[in-house]
Amino acid sequence: MVEWTECERATIKDIFAKLDYDSVGPAALSRCLVVYPWTQRYFSKFGNLYNAAAIMGNPNVAKHGKIILHDLERGVKNMDNLKETYADLSVLHSEKLHVDPDNFKLISDCLTIVVASRMGKAFTGEVQAALQKFLAVVVSSLGRQYH
Amino acid sequence: MGPARQAAMLSKKEKELIADIWESLTPVAEDIGADALLRMFASYPGTKTYFSHLDISPRSAHLLSHGKKIVLAIAEGAQDIGQLTVTLAPLQTLHAYQLRIDPTNFKLFSHCMLVALACHMGEDFTPVAHAAMDKYLSAFAAVLSEKYR
Repeated sequence: MVEWTECERATIKDIFAKLDYDSVGPAALSRCLVVYPWTQRYFSKFGNLYNAAAIMGNPNVAKHGKIILHDLERGVKNMDNLKETYADLSVLHSEKLHVDPDNFKLISDCLTIVVASRMGKAFTGEVQAALQKFLAVVVSSLGRQYH
Repeated sequence: MGPARQAAMLSKKEKELIADIWESLTPVAEDIGADALLRMFASYPGTKTYFSHLDISPRSAHLLSHGKKIVLAIAEGAQDIGQLTVTLAPLQTLHAYQLRIDPTNFKLFSHCMLVALACHMGEDFTPVAHAAMDKYLSAFAAVLSEKYR
């Protein structure tokens, strides 16, 4: 069971309360597809991913980015139950989507960078550590049901 | 993959972008370097074990001077990426025979440097800049650990 300090809980809720999900989600996913181009292998049906501009303007990428952020919000609301919260998504990514779980860390790093660029100085080392701890547990939960 | 190959994976445009970014950061080398180090210590406490002989509290003289040293070395390498192995030769020896920092830590530091850049540059730290910088820092770390064994 993951232990959260009161400070970590408050920090995570605060970060997500201030995030513009519909902007951050697309920014994080498109960044991942640009910085780690091999992740595009899972998005062959999304249309034009030919270069950074195409990726960042792709409406399917944007739509999917929003879905990812809204799904993360579920985790923020269930921090003591992340394994159960993401069990179904874990099965989906393993059985149906066949996503290598190492990729979850890549998008999680890109999300961290996007949040950092939006929050600027307010994204202190302590805030970063809390967010990374949260994302690490989400990533772990998403990988749980693989076999 | 050898470091020369890694550096070669950067396009001419990427090398110029990286050189420009680090040149613009040289005046705030101390702040960026200290910020990246502090982030690393906060997220990855094991990294503090390499600094037990220094005062690494925020704004300490040791932290600022160490942060500055690191950023200036990265910035110097960025001015001629093709020559990284030559430029970094003394630092290679230092890290291999004296400091002996486990190379996994270079990845942790690089990640925190990217976060520091994102905080500092905001929207200017575009996905293209991020990709180029990630490649450069990987090549830099690979060169640093070249003499380890």
